[in-house]
Formats: sequence, structure tokens, C-alpha cells
Amino acid sequence: MTPLLIAQIGLTLFVFVMLLSSAAVMVYMERKVAAALQQRIGPSLVGPKGLLQPLADIIKLMFKEELRPAASDWIIFALAPMIAATCAFAAFAVVPFGADTTLFGLVPEGLRLQVADVNVAILVVFAIASMGVYGIVLAGWSSNSKYSLLGGLRSSAQMISYELSYGLALASVLLIANSLSLTDIVNRQAGTWWQVIPRWYVFLQPLGFVIYMIAGIAETNRAPFDFPEAEQELVAGYHTEYSSMRFAMFFMAEYINMVTVAAVATDLYLGGWHGPFLPESLGWIWFLVKVGAILFFYVWMRWTLPRYRYDQLMSFGWKVLLPLAVVNLLVTAAGVLYFGL
Amino acid sequence: MKDPIEETMPETVLFYIFGAFAVVASLLVIAQRNPVYSVLLLIASFGALSGLYVLLDAPFVAVIQIIVYAGAIMVLFLFVVMLLNAPQEDTEHDLKVHPLLRRGPLRFGAVLAAALVVELVWALTKGGGESGPFAGGAVASVAAIGRSLFQEYSFQFEVTSILILVAMVGAVVLASREVLERRGGGSGPSGDR
Repeated sequence: MTPLLIAQIGLTLFVFVMLLSSAAVMVYMERKVAAALQQRIGPSLVGPKGLLQPLADIIKLMFKEELRPAASDWIIFALAPMIAATCAFAAFAVVPFGADTTLFGLVPEGLRLQVADVNVAILVVFAIASMGVYGIVLAGWSSNSKYSLLGGLRSSAQMISYELSYGLALASVLLIANSLSLTDIVNRQAGTWWQVIPRWYVFLQPLGFVIYMIAGIAETNRAPFDFPEAEQELVAGYHTEYSSMRFAMFFMAEYINMVTVAAVATDLYLGGWHGPFLPESLGWIWFLVKVGAILFFYVWMRWTLPRYRYDQLMSFGWKVLLPLAVVNLLVTAAGVLYFGL
Repeated sequence: MKDPIEETMPETVLFYIFGAFAVVASLLVIAQRNPVYSVLLLIASFGALSGLYVLLDAPFVAVIQIIVYAGAIMVLFLFVVMLLNAPQEDTEHDLKVHPLLRRGPLRFGAVLAAALVVELVWALTKGGGESGPFAGGAVASVAAIGRSLFQEYSFQFEVTSILILVAMVGAVVLASREVLERRGGGSGPSGDR
């Protein structure tokens, strides 16, 4: 066991715990921001400023009764939340969140702040996101309930439609960065143009960034694209029949997916851990700030915009977003070819 | 550099784990009565294949295997199975009614299966061929794959694209026939609706 290996194992556990607690933090933030936007106070009774509210929610969920519809398919019914949660955790494994560090000289070589450095990292994120659909589809099907089935089908149709635009937006970044590794992409965004503007890809790919954000919201089934759980039509969508910890796993998976989408957006478009004022070794602070800003934007969108109609969502995805993404890709390719961006 | 044996031992073990998983899952695919389980086992089998690609030092192919087969194609399979809500197969009923289980088709299937076994035995015992690791990481880097796909094999690539395009147009025509008929105005039999 070399110190580097121990540090690596420690880092993996750290990321796991951080993702788990990020779901709790997100729940608190979501409720507080929603309350602020609606001129309410929000959770305020449990702990100072209601900070312990997520903990109370978790305890409540753990002690709820585990229900299962009698006519459900029990193997798949139990498997579906596991698939959703596993995919949510697994996708973050390839996301780098800071520059190499020596942990105050504890490790001889630089420890990369990333669980697994894969040279096709972006594609891995994409692949795991496409596997996450199964958790939702299977939950809808195995519950043997019409609301769940409709929610599951809507969700998968939506995710398949928006995955195309998502992938094309990613491809444009790959063309500029000329690499599939997220670490390389982040490192190409170091420095500034004319000493003022940081070399972030959001300035080269403004349209791509917007497409990525919209597709990201649709991918994570958030409002205004939250059809799978449109409560006025489908009760609670694919997790109508779930209760207790199985429901909690879906809930957690949704928030962790949001964190992953925000982290990948930070790495791809916002320069990852690069930023002014702070030394490279404290870059993870910039990373947290950027991810937090994107997550706040997400919550803000949810409580500001009304839900689209389902057919509007589909025609927007196929007739507006996808052509825009294709044009963006072509323009980027031409730019790389003729100007060598 | 580490000792080569130390390098290969875990890889061999992983190879057998993934290989066994792929074979068992594929066998179980055809042993299921419920088509949803078959689809899931096929996805599991694809996952094991993707693990084998990683062991072959081809991470790009492994990820594409997941994105295209396990992610995209199998979701469509699952869609169809779920929407049709295919009931569990009923053997006794099938034996009487199902056309594929009559004598003629069964014999034809047996002949095909025998031919497949002969082909497999021939292919496995023929020897020769290229085995062992790929030379020069030909499939390891995305750039190398792209170059060989669009330079060496560009003709085959375009032919495949046209084939897929034709299939797509055909599917659209088949699916839109009803819509076109309905739009035919007063002339069609259903025009007065």
C-alpha cells in the first residue's frame, strides 16, 4: 500500500460522502430558495435557520413503511431505485474537481482530484447518463400502475430526445479542446485573453453552453421539464408507488445527477478550477463556487418558469434544440478547420 | 515497470469473470418467459462485453458499446416490450397455435443451429488468423479510429450510412401510411370522419 494508493482510496470515499451530503444540502437550498422566491420563510424550526431540516427529512424517510404494490414485479421493483442511484454516483467518478495536490506534502507525487482518470471521460459521463434512464423506465413498468407507467415512458422519451442535443453540445467542446479527457479540457482553459477575459469555453461556445444547460435540465427531469413527475397529471410519475428508502434513492439520484451535470458544465465551459485571485492549489474553491452558481440557477429556473406541455417539450427538443446543436457543431468544426481556434 | 505476471494475473481473472458473465447472461436471455427480463439480461451481457473491451485496451469501443447498444438500442427494445405489454409466454397455448413451433419451422431451425455449430467449430479450430494484442493501439485512440474510419474505410462507412438511411426512410413511409390516408380528404373511405 503506497501512500498514493491510500490517498486515492480516501479520495474515493470522500467523494462518495460528499455526493451523499450534497443531496441533503441541495434539498435545503431548494426549499430555502423556493421560499425566498415565493416570499415565505421556508424551513426554520429544526436547528438554527432550519439547517437540520434535511436530517429530519432523512430520518423520517428511513422510518417510513416500505410499501410494494401487490401486482408489481418485485425483482425489478427493487432493482430500479438501485440502478438510478448507482448510475448517479458512478457518473461523478470521472469528473475532476481540482488541480493536482500533494495534500500538504503527505503524498510524494501529485494526487489528481478525480476518482478515475479515464481518457474518454466525457463519453463515460454520457454513457452512464444513458444507463440512468433504465432506473426510471423500469420503476414505471414494474409498479404496475398507470401513472407510474406513463411517467416512466415520458421520462425515457424525453431523455432520449434531449440526449442528442446534449451529445452534440459536448462534441463541439471536444472539437475545440481536441481531447476527450475532462482534465485536459479544463487545463486548456487556463489563462486569459488580453489579460481580462478568462479563456473559458463558454465564450467560444455561448450557444453550446445554452444548449447544454437546457438539455441538462431535461436530462435531470427538472422543472420546467419535469413531466415524469407532473403532479397535476401523473400524481408523482414513475415513483408514485415507491415509499421510504426506495423513494429516497430516486430523490437522491435526481439531486446527485444535478450536481454531476453542474460539475461537468463547470469543467467543460467555465474553466473548472481555474479562476483569478486564488492559487492553483485552492482551485477547488472556484470549482465549488461555479457548481453552486449553476445549481442555484437550476433551482431558480424551477421556481420561476411554469411547466411546458409535453408535446411542446418534444417539438422543442427535436425542432429547435437539435437543429441549433447541429448548426453549432458545424460552425465550430469550420472555425477549428479554418481559424484553428 | 512491474513484473509482467503481476500485471496479467488480475486481468486473466477479470477476463474469466466478464466472459462467464456475458455467456451466462446471454444464455439466460433466451431462457426467460418474461421479455422484460430478457431485455435486462441482454443489457447485462452488453455490460460484460464492454468490460472485455476495456481489458483489450480499447476504452473508446467499450464506452461506445454502452452508449449505442446498452443505452440507445436497448431502450427502444424495452419501449416496445413495455408498450406492447407482451404477456408471459404460455407454452401449452404456444405449442398448439404458434406457427414457429410447428414441425416444419422446428426442423428448419434445427438445421440452422447445426450449421452454426459446424461454423463455430471450424472457426475455432482453424487456427491462424490474428490473435493477441492489437498492434500499435489501433483501436485505443479516438484519433486512430477516426482516421481509419474516414480514410481507409470511408467507402464502407458511406455505404453503411446509406443502408441505414434507406431503412429509416422505409420505416417512416410505413409508419406514415395511415396518416397520409387520413389526410387524403374526402376521397378516402374514412374521409367523412
